[in-house]
Amino acid sequence: MTIDINPDLYAQVPDEHGRFGIYGGKFVAETLMSALAELESLYNDLKDDPAFLREFDLDLAHYVGRPSPLYEAARWSDMIGGGRIYLKREDLNHTGAHKVNNTIGQALLAKYMGKKRVIAETGAGQHGVASATVAARLGLECHVFMGEEDVRRQALNVYRMKLLGAEVIPVTSGSKTLKDAMNEALRDWVTNVDNTFYIIGTVAGPHPYPMLVRDFQSVIGREARAQSLTMTGKLPDALVACVGGGSNAIGLFHPFLSDNEVAMYGVEAGGKGVETGEHAAPLSAGIPGVLHGNRTYLMQDENGQIMHTHSVSAGLDYPGVGPEHAWLKDIGRVNYVDATDTEALAAFHRVTRVEGIMPALETAHALAYAEKLAAEMTPDQHIIVNLSGRGDKDILTVAEIDGIDLGTR
Amino acid sequence: MSRLGPLFNTLRAENRRAVVPYLVAGDPDEALTVPLMHSLVEAGADIIEVGVPFSDPMSEGPTIQKGHERALEGGTSLLSTLALVKQFRETNTETPLVLMGYANPLERKGYAAVADACAEAGIDGLITVDLPPEEVAAMNAELQRQNIDNIFLISPTTSDERVATITAQASGFIYYVALKGVTGAGHLDTDAVEAHLATIRQHTNLPVAVGFGIKDADTAATVAGCADAVVVGSALVDLVANDLSSGGSHTSAISGAHSLISSIRNGVNLATSN
Ligand SMILES: Cc1ncc(COP(=O)(O)O)c(C=O)c1O
Repeated sequence: MTIDINPDLYAQVPDEHGRFGIYGGKFVAETLMSALAELESLYNDLKDDPAFLREFDLDLAHYVGRPSPLYEAARWSDMIGGGRIYLKREDLNHTGAHKVNNTIGQALLAKYMGKKRVIAETGAGQHGVASATVAARLGLECHVFMGEEDVRRQALNVYRMKLLGAEVIPVTSGSKTLKDAMNEALRDWVTNVDNTFYIIGTVAGPHPYPMLVRDFQSVIGREARAQSLTMTGKLPDALVACVGGGSNAIGLFHPFLSDNEVAMYGVEAGGKGVETGEHAAPLSAGIPGVLHGNRTYLMQDENGQIMHTHSVSAGLDYPGVGPEHAWLKDIGRVNYVDATDTEALAAFHRVTRVEGIMPALETAHALAYAEKLAAEMTPDQHIIVNLSGRGDKDILTVAEIDGIDLGTR
Repeated sequence: MSRLGPLFNTLRAENRRAVVPYLVAGDPDEALTVPLMHSLVEAGADIIEVGVPFSDPMSEGPTIQKGHERALEGGTSLLSTLALVKQFRETNTETPLVLMGYANPLERKGYAAVADACAEAGIDGLITVDLPPEEVAAMNAELQRQNIDNIFLISPTTSDERVATITAQASGFIYYVALKGVTGAGHLDTDAVEAHLATIRQHTNLPVAVGFGIKDADTAATVAGCADAVVVGSALVDLVANDLSSGGSHTSAISGAHSLISSIRNGVNLATSN
């Protein structure tokens, strides 16, 4: 596949209205508009401010443990017998996933704004844990909204958040998953907008969130690009990342977008198979619409009602996707594909056994697709997969699926 | 042509304030909606706000959220809401009706088609919670084509500068969201409402309706002291739901709703009679 897109295009989005083409924007109730304007103007002042960037970089180095390694999965690549697979080890970050890059950045913004309370929505609980962590460190009050269904399947992370001093609020409305947690977080924000900073966990929500979360996560791609050049002498042939809201994917992709020779694959949750309707793959099977403050691809019915999603991984179980991904799909820069629950579980087991790295179930979707892609490539080519998080949080889910009773029920 | 302008002209001439009940179309079933609407008018409602059920009603508190969920279970959509409106119009061509909802059902049908369908059904105004001024231009153009008012929201956090830009584009009336929070929240500060309304009135002669947090005749009366219209939502949705869930029938729910709106009507009338 050859791509012929003007490399300057990517620096032009979002525009001043927060638009990525027709996507993005600020579709929120009037009460939140002033808070968004305040955040936008603060971020515009800080984003190129050397003191702010130094503080962010120092936190990433000394608290998160960056840079994260780029690791050649040699045994797994040998087994596949095609292209070489390199793993960008975001699982080695403090708190175990890429999510913390963003929470560090947003917590700094909260600090600059003098907000004493932070709220967050979470699906898998990784963003909730990362938010609770930075809140503990800065002495902020932290409330995390989490769908009741996710509270059940991510019990370990719920307990971690509580240990960190956060209050976890189970959300019982709608489908009781990530989208409903985000509704509830928005409702809280409307109510407590004066003293509260809303730390959104992915590249969705109203402008400026998709932009600032992208900027904070882009450290992944910047490091990976330099590491690839050092380790292999060239850019990767392809990038692969899982897409829930799309923050780990945009973080890896963004610094490579102008490199037309680098192919990109965003892997959505195929659930029980996209053809069954039970999935969480809006870019593969959705229609543009408006939810949670932005226009993007959504899983919705013919009346514009948001549909229930299904994925084995709580962090991908979301009917929307960040607006920049919607735009990248339409312009043809990134290929959006899917991996099913079964494929993800198989990849989870395989990479755990072959590489001694236990990935998050979200990440396992990217690994499942990378395996197929590598098989079609040659050994002189290489892929970078974003290993977005570690799998400890998922072992109860995996045990349950494998029919193993750990005595926790 | 929207019925809102003429209605407010009459009310102003008579020094009266509008009572505006809110219900969710199809809550809990479509058979209740039209008879309930007629009964609200009989009880003294001047305008009815018809909520379009949505799967993710971000600005609603638990009471109205549940109303949306019940209506969706019964299969009510934007189009079936408009069918109910049409049915109401068979015997009432006077009372202005305002649709209140969220952007995605409008996006899904297409703005032009929505404006046409609203005009055909007899809708006078549209309030879309998540289409702030920055995002509403395209929808607004379609509504203007059909002479339907786009009702803008102003909140306690709206700056003076924004009030000026919003009122410059508004028609019909301004909807002032009386508190920072979701519908049904309970911390209405009437002094603050009065102060904000004074600011809004510096920028516009349009009538100002106040909603969110008005629960009973007393709060309605107080707010009617400074507003042109009072919106009652959660209290009505809650009353109907409670009646039905405690074994009531459509008839008893409708009669309960009738007494609530009558008592609010009386409260509002008292506020303006002295
Ligand atoms: C490890 C991991 N990867 C990926 C995701 C999906 O989010 P995003 O698409 O924003 O990276 C999550 C979300 O919870 C996660 O925990």
